[in-house]
Amino acid sequence: MTEPGPGQVSREVLARVVREHAGRLAASLMSLLGDFSAAEDLVQDAIETALRRWPVEGIPDRPEAWFFTVARRRGLDVLRRESNRRAKLAQLQWPAPAQPDDRLQLIFTCCHPALSRAAQIALTLRVVCGLSTAQIAAAFVVPEATVAQRLTRAKRKITQAGIPYRIPAADDLPQRLDGVLAVIYLLFNEGYLSSTAERAQARDLVDDAEWLAALLAGSMPNEPEVTGLLALIRLQRARGLARFDGADHLVLLADQDRSLWDREAIGQATALLMRAARAHHRPGPYQVQAAIVACHAEAQRFDDTDWPQILVLYDMLLYLAPSPITRLNRAIALRYAKGPEEALMELTELEDLQADLERYPLFHATRAELLRDVGRPEDARAYDERALSLTANPAQQALLAERLNWR
Amino acid sequence: MKYVLMFVETEQFAKELEAMGELERDAAYEAVGRWFAENSDKITHHTHLAPVHTATTVRLQRGGEPVVTDGPFVEGKEVVSGFAEVEVADLDEALKMARSWPACPIVEIRPAS
Repeated sequence: MTEPGPGQVSREVLARVVREHAGRLAASLMSLLGDFSAAEDLVQDAIETALRRWPVEGIPDRPEAWFFTVARRRGLDVLRRESNRRAKLAQLQWPAPAQPDDRLQLIFTCCHPALSRAAQIALTLRVVCGLSTAQIAAAFVVPEATVAQRLTRAKRKITQAGIPYRIPAADDLPQRLDGVLAVIYLLFNEGYLSSTAERAQARDLVDDAEWLAALLAGSMPNEPEVTGLLALIRLQRARGLARFDGADHLVLLADQDRSLWDREAIGQATALLMRAARAHHRPGPYQVQAAIVACHAEAQRFDDTDWPQILVLYDMLLYLAPSPITRLNRAIALRYAKGPEEALMELTELEDLQADLERYPLFHATRAELLRDVGRPEDARAYDERALSLTANPAQQALLAERLNWR
Repeated sequence: MKYVLMFVETEQFAKELEAMGELERDAAYEAVGRWFAENSDKITHHTHLAPVHTATTVRLQRGGEPVVTDGPFVEGKEVVSGFAEVEVADLDEALKMARSWPACPIVEIRPAS
């Protein structure tokens, strides 16, 4: 495959090439230098040079060799006073010594529980996916200085607190893997929930999340939850086009044009999920969530949705990972499986148990929807207003504002 | 790497300890003794502090006389009750030790040099 020449390097291609090589380079420099911060700085420097030069000069034929050369040259320059590391780097020639893909170690270090979740996310994007500080800042709509400071602190903590660079021991692994999956899932949600207009300027986090999940699934084929998360992301993406209309407004599931769904991708992701579930018989929250999405995705029309099956899956999910948000989502399935009155009762009970939901916009939006279903539009209005005042997401705001104006 | 594990007591924990019968308390102390024995190859030094009501704090003022007050330097519901200095490979090993600590409910881990 030939890469586009100068002047026509698209953002997507640039992102893909950087992502493919940044983590590998970080992993080999990390093993060579034994210093996370130093390795990361060299990689970041090489990426920034690439982002500056490639759009003008085109992507080189051997991007990995290019990255390596730039990082090595820079390393010899900045490590002038550290003769030991400099000597190691000086001996290193391209091609770098063949080694297994140790990006997995990189992911576990970046997602170490001794780092804050925000730092885990920023580090993973930067070190494993090769995003620049500016790209991370744009994706999360925070000042670049905030991201830079977060990264600096995290790298300092890795070095000073002795956070190891390795795959956790077997007895630690399940818990640590949960942390890694949570980071990928958060990344995915952040990208998935933002509207296309917001995303136009920023790098698409959904791409990075899917790529990370696929990388992890490739390295850990015996962990069905990893495959579950990958299937979940792919199933959601397969329906992505139908989620926004031409004016960038959010379209509800019931109103989506299902001919825009990618049936082939849905079929493949569902098959992937089924294979993992059958091979391991170790259900977990990501597999069940993916199964719920698969149920929706398989329905040709909204009216064909198998709500009783979805309700069963929600019960399973609640058992595996109890959460008020899951109960709220279950209430929506309950509405279609058993009727809006029953769902409203469930919400009232849930509200008594979980006062936190008061601040969750979708709780009020759901209640409004149910109240309209039982013929109480005036009561519904008050809850739509509540929901509107609580959401910061423009697409959700637009949807709620529209309801208030039209109904 | 060298780390210091700081064992932190909470009011709740102190109350529970007080409410224990003699046998129960003995068993609790025994569990702590076992933890130190099992990790003796990693522990280089450890200290158990007397209760916080025995604390005295000195605040040195630039250019002025030091001020001596009764009590800990910061009043709180959580107080450090002891330290263990350990020598392990990395933070994960220190975390593993802390996770198996059988007594007070909070352990802070700090790298030390």
